Amino acid sequence: MPQNTMIKVENLTKTFGNFTAVKGISFDVKKGEIFGFLGANGAGKTTAIKMLIGISKPTRGTAVVAGFDVQTDSEKVKRNIGYMSQKFSMYDDLTIRENIVFFGGIYGLSRQEIKQKTEQLVQELELENYIDQLVISLPLGWKQKLAFSVAMLHEPQIVFLDEPTGGVDPITRRQFWEMIYAKAHTGTTIFVTTHYMDEAEYCDRVSIMVDGSIEALDSPKGLKEIYGVNSMNDVFLKLARNIE
Amino acid sequence: MNRKVFIGFVKKEFFHIFRDRRSMIILFGMPLVQILLFGFAITNEINNVSIAVLDKSKDVETQKIIHKIAASPYFEIEKVLHAESEIEPIFKSGKVKAVLIFESNFNKKIQTTSLAKVQVITDATEPNTANTITAYVNAILQNYSKEINHNAHSKYDIAIESQWRYNPELKSVYTFVPGVMTVILMLVSAMMTSISIAREKELGTMEILLVSPLKPILVILGKVFPYIFLSIINAIIIVGLGFFVFKMPINGSLFLLTLESILFIITALALGILISTISNSQQTAMMISLMGLMLPVIILSGFIFPISSMPLPMQIISNIIPAKWFISIVKAIMLKGVGIQFIWKETLILLFMTMIFMLLSMKKYKIRLE
Repeated sequence: MPQNTMIKVENLTKTFGNFTAVKGISFDVKKGEIFGFLGANGAGKTTAIKMLIGISKPTRGTAVVAGFDVQTDSEKVKRNIGYMSQKFSMYDDLTIRENIVFFGGIYGLSRQEIKQKTEQLVQELELENYIDQLVISLPLGWKQKLAFSVAMLHEPQIVFLDEPTGGVDPITRRQFWEMIYAKAHTGTTIFVTTHYMDEAEYCDRVSIMVDGSIEALDSPKGLKEIYGVNSMNDVFLKLARNIE
Repeated sequence: MNRKVFIGFVKKEFFHIFRDRRSMIILFGMPLVQILLFGFAITNEINNVSIAVLDKSKDVETQKIIHKIAASPYFEIEKVLHAESEIEPIFKSGKVKAVLIFESNFNKKIQTTSLAKVQVITDATEPNTANTITAYVNAILQNYSKEINHNAHSKYDIAIESQWRYNPELKSVYTFVPGVMTVILMLVSAMMTSISIAREKELGTMEILLVSPLKPILVILGKVFPYIFLSIINAIIIVGLGFFVFKMPINGSLFLLTLESILFIITALALGILISTISNSQQTAMMISLMGLMLPVIILSGFIFPISSMPLPMQIISNIIPAKWFISIVKAIMLKGVGIQFIWKETLILLFMTMIFMLLSMKKYKIRLE
């Protein structure tokens, strides 16, 4: 596959008994791209992501992530990706520093690297006075930004964000997207799912999953032209209606 | 690198435990409270029980027996009765728990027929106490008849002799130390681990761990390791309290006891892991542990209710309770002082159960991953 293709998915399928959750989807994601992965609840998004991050085995088809096959090389895939889920993904009863040390540790960072990363992170997020406080005492918006930074600790080539901004206020959401942009500029590939259609507008390209298949895949601008509407929200509604 | 990661993981786990007041109470408060409760408050032993005596013969022998009973620390003679009509009122007044009645011509009967009767009437509104009183009186009488047989050099007198071996004083400490140990180890190993794994699932951090390059087996080992450590400390506290405060003997090998305890801890951990694979929230894990583990351990293991007096179906069911086997192992080692040659069967059963639990949870774990 070409050097700048970070994710290559071909005919990826997952069945649970009689139920096919993901029906042979195919797409590519380029390096440094912000790829929006949209779909209603139950459309198969989460199942697809789980296969891409190596915690669920595909029934059929292939997925190559960061140059490694998720079927045969899931270990290497895991080393090269970051992941943040819709659930807040840090330990509440540990301090910020302890969380950094722990997550840095499981990705095999050295003590020196962890120390340096901690300093850098504290500066970026202006957390000087909070570094030794329990995470539970922080406001949700901060936690979310912190979780993103922690997911990026080991400098993964691709980061998967599963509804990262659920339940966060609009200002924090905006700041969060600024962080995402900044990371994408440094060449990190961002794979993000969201429920907010305004966020879909921020993505370079967007795919929309309906009933286990990808029904549309293009830039937000392209999609709006194809469906002749003014917003991603309308694109989404139109697609869902067509299917019904 | 793997070792460093593992240490980091275990350290994190200890942070969770030491920062959670609930965990700390269960871990260190519970064993102390249970041992002290069972040791001092809930007891099958009797001490200074008030009884009354109705001596219809008033001869040398009955006087001797009465003195013996009065001299024992278990009984205190509250009143000497003179007629049978006094029995009912004194029970009703609640002043005594038992009445001893010596039949008339007691001494003469012993000399001639070598059979004299003592009747023990107990207040059975508290059946356990009543039972114990009867047993204690019996013990004193047996003892006495042994003495007179011995003195009389009579070869023909046959006295029925019952003995309470390994626990001649019928001390309840001997049953509650193994019992409490079993309950606590179950609680710490099975319930605490299943809750702590379920907690990571509930918070979403389990997903993060599975997405990380950490091997799933390392995640599980890292989660259970602190609890092995804490369970062993708990076992030491309980056996230590039993030994130093309640004078429970340790007749067998301490080393063997340690090995068997570690085996049981692993059994319980395997159960805990199994429970955590089927529960997605701390609440569920706790309910399953309490209903599925603690209740059977307390009711069916022989800790509180003797298995031999259960109805047959219950006796059969009790065989699948790991705690039953562990309690009998602990009792055998501590009281009878036996070695592995007498408890290999129980040990094998525990080993076998542990393997089954591990296989089952591995299978469940795999299904979840796929």
